[in-house]
Amino acid sequence: MNYFPDEVMEHVFDFVTSNLDRNAISLVCKSWYRIERFSRRRVFIGNCYAISPERLIARFPGVKSLTLKGKPHFADFNLVPHDWGGFVYPWIEALARSRVNLEELRLKRMLVTDDGLELISRSFVNFKSLVLVSCEGFTTDGLAAIAANCRFLRELDLQENEVDDHRGQWLNCFPESCTSLVSLNFACLKGDINSAALERLVARSPNLKSLRLSRAVPLDTLQKILVRAPQLVDLGVGSFSHDPDSETYNKLLTTIEKCKSMRSLSGFLEVAAYCLPAIHPICSSLTSLNLSYAPGIPGSELTKLIRRCRKLQRLWILDCIGDKGLGVVASSCRELQELRVFPSDPYGVGNAAVTEEGLVAISRGCPKLNSLLYFCQQMTNAALKIVAQNCPNFIRFRLCTLDPVKPDSSTNQPLDEGFGAIVQSCKGLRRLSLSGLLTDQVFNYIGMFAEQLEMLSIAFAGNSDKGMLYVLNGCKKIRKLEIRDSPFGNIALLRDVGKYETMRSLWMSSCDVTLGGCKTLAKKMPRLNVEIINEIDEMEACNDDGQKVEKMYLYRTLVGPRKDAPNYVWTL
Amino acid sequence: MEKQGVVGLEITTELRLGLPGGAAKPSSNKRVFSEISTVEGKGSTREPKAPAKNQVVGWPPVCSYRQRYSFNKEKGDGAEATAGSKAYVKVSMDGALYLRKIDLSMQKGYSDLAFSLEKLFGCHGIGEAFNEGEGAEYKLIYEDKDGDWMLVGDVPWEMFMESCRRLRIMKKSEAKDIAILQTRDFLKGTLKDDN
Repeated sequence: MNYFPDEVMEHVFDFVTSNLDRNAISLVCKSWYRIERFSRRRVFIGNCYAISPERLIARFPGVKSLTLKGKPHFADFNLVPHDWGGFVYPWIEALARSRVNLEELRLKRMLVTDDGLELISRSFVNFKSLVLVSCEGFTTDGLAAIAANCRFLRELDLQENEVDDHRGQWLNCFPESCTSLVSLNFACLKGDINSAALERLVARSPNLKSLRLSRAVPLDTLQKILVRAPQLVDLGVGSFSHDPDSETYNKLLTTIEKCKSMRSLSGFLEVAAYCLPAIHPICSSLTSLNLSYAPGIPGSELTKLIRRCRKLQRLWILDCIGDKGLGVVASSCRELQELRVFPSDPYGVGNAAVTEEGLVAISRGCPKLNSLLYFCQQMTNAALKIVAQNCPNFIRFRLCTLDPVKPDSSTNQPLDEGFGAIVQSCKGLRRLSLSGLLTDQVFNYIGMFAEQLEMLSIAFAGNSDKGMLYVLNGCKKIRKLEIRDSPFGNIALLRDVGKYETMRSLWMSSCDVTLGGCKTLAKKMPRLNVEIINEIDEMEACNDDGQKVEKMYLYRTLVGPRKDAPNYVWTL
Repeated sequence: MEKQGVVGLEITTELRLGLPGGAAKPSSNKRVFSEISTVEGKGSTREPKAPAKNQVVGWPPVCSYRQRYSFNKEKGDGAEATAGSKAYVKVSMDGALYLRKIDLSMQKGYSDLAFSLEKLFGCHGIGEAFNEGEGAEYKLIYEDKDGDWMLVGDVPWEMFMESCRRLRIMKKSEAKDIAILQTRDFLKGTLKDDN
């Protein structure tokens, strides 16, 4: 019942920013539904095939910020063919046609084209922010269009995209009148950069807070940029290699000292370790440090740096830091909340890897730790139990042993008990990735204790369908389940078909589900798209229901099978 | 006609569940804090050679952007690389007077590699080496980190770049003597006669 005019309700709803809450609001009554839908500005679509652009626009015509995700997560590891799908052009076209006043577009794992970028730049007058994460299909020509035509552009953030660099002068395409930039990240570009154009751009962007450079930007350009932009809060260094006795380097030392607002450092895509002392003066105020793309920095230089970063909350590093180096992190960075340790030698024998010792040290020194990604040579149950005890606040816990089925390195037992301790202790755990030798028992623990779990990644784990069933029955909040190379079959798949409508998606590859099982599932659940990806034997496999399915991806959807699937993808 | 014994060739991309390899790994020593020199050093002293890992597609789960990017920085076991960019390997061709070097990190994939090699040696037909079948005039093989000679083209490109130490372009007439190719032919059931 409304005692207030619509405008008042709308004003009240403005304070409700969480989409979950806004969804709840729209269920109260028809008039609240109506008011809410016209005033919704941010929409997040976790699977671009769950809904169509037309329906989005019909419900939320006032949308200003759209987030879309395309390919499933395992696409990151080459398990999904490049042209599987996730094309953004139809979305842009629909939004343009309906004259939506789009200001922000955030895409992840989608296929973006230059045409799409150009269409954005010409269709949305107030376009302010473009964030592309792990996308591909476009070139610097598309970026040139964005630069040239988006007069009020505030943010251009390119993270880990595959961009064809035409070595054109896309940076030059920012007109002289463009002074609105707040955030510019082109670290993933491989081609040469016009340094002069970059310097001029920075000089006329007084609001610039975040700048991440590509490897092609040399140290002397960096120095000139920092002179113009001492207000930077977030810096991604391109190349950091220079003669330390030169005038340029000395100028850099002075310049960096003036960057009092710097809180976040990343990049160092090309680095000479002897230049690193230049950043020591700003270490004490850093809250975020990402050296995971910095090649070959000796452990001693790393620890010299990290010892000074006493306020660090986020650290991304390579495993060449070693267990001892992690010990230094543990004693220096008491405020640490997020740690990611990446393998520097993924296929190697592991000279430089870290072990359970490093993780235990971290857990002792950093009680606020809530997010972990840890690639390690080995792990033990005992260590995981200690970690669980010391750090009960984990929201994200992703452990990856370089050997996917490695048992506890001291007892040779499966790692069930260790992970069990983690899920039991960390009551707020939302994301979990498992590895190492694991039986059905670990899934029993997960089903029992991981009440808040939303995303689970399983590889080479479990003994039988029971494992998967424990998860499906126990984890009430699970949204994304991705499984590879595990012995789960039709029994687990088909036990509770309704469950999948409560989830965003399920991925199963190299498991024991058969074509027949998938067909049965698809028949029972018309509001799921059950996709089979079969790149080999395209024609043959269709006939044999008993054949195991190589890759299955299913997701809930309101718009039925997609029409843009390549011919090796069948929607059953 | 002599039947060659089947060479025990470890197919390193085989997917399996269970503990990998037959031999036990050397028992894990305490990890020494490794000093990695920035001046293209080969890294710390090599551990005793462990059995070749079973290399599985998509494992470890490092996202492909990071893999592609990080490879260029890899030193030591893989192709020689200095901090920054290149991954040059030696290429020998049967009948050529001297060897050449090619930068693997500049190649986008196998067909790109074949094309570059053809340009380098001024010849045709290296691309055909990747096709199954007997028509190819050349066979392309590479020496991997373990010192074994492997046929180019079996593993994903990124994995190949990581482990390739040198390349060899073999003329077909030489190829018959190499066990690896005999084994493939044997398995396909088309074992050839020696001339």
